[in-house]
Amino acid sequence: MTHPLIELKHINVRFEQKTALQNINLTIYPNSVITIVGPNGGGKSTLLKVLLKLLPPTSGSVIYHRNVRIGYVPQKIHLDHSLPITVEKFLSLKKGISNTAIRETLALLSIGELVHNSMQKLSGGEMQRVLLARAILNRPHLLVLDEPTQGVDINGQAELYQLIHQTRQTLNCAVLMVSHDLHIVMADTNEVLCINQHVCCAGTPESVSNDPTFIHFFGDQLSKNIAFYTHHHNHKHNIHGDVCCNRYFHSQQCAHRFENKDNS
Amino acid sequence: MIDILLPAWLTGMLLSLITAPLGAFVVWRKMAYFGDTLAHSALLGVALGIFLHINPYLAIVVLTLLIAGFMVWLESNTQFSVDTLLGIIAHSCLSLGVVTVGLLHNVRVDLMAYLFGDLLAINYDDLYFIGGGALFVMVTLFYCWKPLLSTTVSPELAQVEGINIRRMRFILMMLTALTIALSMKFVGALIITSLLIIPAATARRFARTPETMVCIGILISMLSVSLGLTLSACYDTAAGPSVVICSTFLFLLSLFKKEIN
Repeated sequence: MTHPLIELKHINVRFEQKTALQNINLTIYPNSVITIVGPNGGGKSTLLKVLLKLLPPTSGSVIYHRNVRIGYVPQKIHLDHSLPITVEKFLSLKKGISNTAIRETLALLSIGELVHNSMQKLSGGEMQRVLLARAILNRPHLLVLDEPTQGVDINGQAELYQLIHQTRQTLNCAVLMVSHDLHIVMADTNEVLCINQHVCCAGTPESVSNDPTFIHFFGDQLSKNIAFYTHHHNHKHNIHGDVCCNRYFHSQQCAHRFENKDNS
Repeated sequence: MIDILLPAWLTGMLLSLITAPLGAFVVWRKMAYFGDTLAHSALLGVALGIFLHINPYLAIVVLTLLIAGFMVWLESNTQFSVDTLLGIIAHSCLSLGVVTVGLLHNVRVDLMAYLFGDLLAINYDDLYFIGGGALFVMVTLFYCWKPLLSTTVSPELAQVEGINIRRMRFILMMLTALTIALSMKFVGALIITSLLIIPAATARRFARTPETMVCIGILISMLSVSLGLTLSACYDTAAGPSVVICSTFLFLLSLFKKEIN
């Protein structure tokens, strides 16, 4: 039995009046790939912040086992124009990182030519790879990525997943990824968590690499890297995100009430 | 002539070694108003120093460090935005300082010297005092350079990589406070922030990395001090403002240069 890297137990987060996360439990094992999906404002980023210990939860505990190192790829970072900084400098900000390591990592991500570029002049895709390089240089046990595929088309997504897949093989690390797409996830994903304040549903995705129609439409390369996730919610949310109804119960404000009555 | 100017010039060179790097941090982190607040409250230090019969410059050092610590605490414990808090602290301290000085009937205080600096009154004792402080700031900066820079570039990434960003922020505030206190006699409370930010802003156009920006900033700062003192010696103008005018002139010149990438 392998020991978990990180455990989240009964996490609750409240901002003023609003509940952001409600009783979340999550265990991350070495080498596993977990994808978190969910609607905007559902608390995905908040959960990442709690996991990274950037935000203390209102209640519940975050337990790091052993001296777990984390590589974090944020959605984006803001770099002020007044601070001149090159890619090389940005990657060497952590103590004890050699120039050879930087060059090797950049080569691995095929952005070796960017080493002397200014950070402020990078394109969105280049920036994402530089952030991934910095995360890799931390030699993480767990790679955490916040919506890495946002603003990337489906082919770019497949390419990025290929890159993460490759990184994971080299580093032998676990991956926790937040995806902005509700249905398309990375092919290696062991577990999908759909989060809207609480865990709505969890499960494994279906592989599409053997589906002939999919391969016909999107090509071999794409189908190898992505998988589909089908949600199986047993409840619905009202406009505030609160659970308003499930198979057995509908509240007064619930709009589904009437549809369901018609059906039954 | 040289007897009066030499200690002032040497002090200026020493101060340049710390005002340029701290100035760069002030520019990067947008803390110009923070610097102003500390400088304004330094005047309260002067009044308290005279009131308690201790060296005014020592009182300034202690008070600015206390105020900086107080601001760090306020920032994380109140709902008000930082610039509102800074505005309240800056002007209430300045007013308190002026009122206190006014209440001290038996002493006459030359407020102008504290507001605009009393550069030509600097003697070798001041030089040792400022030199010791500058050495402390330089050693701390050198020792904490990478984590300080990492916290400035991206606090989130720094924290995930194991840097205590609260401590780094505190160290930076303390170093800024100390630098301002040390430079007080040189340029005075009203124009101290310009000594920090103008050379750093000028250096931005010539630099591709943070370290080169700091090094060029030091050179520009030294050049402005030398030019300013010469101007002051030739035309008998107030020394502090002359230095600031020279650095502003260099800044304007730098605008003609195309920024390198």
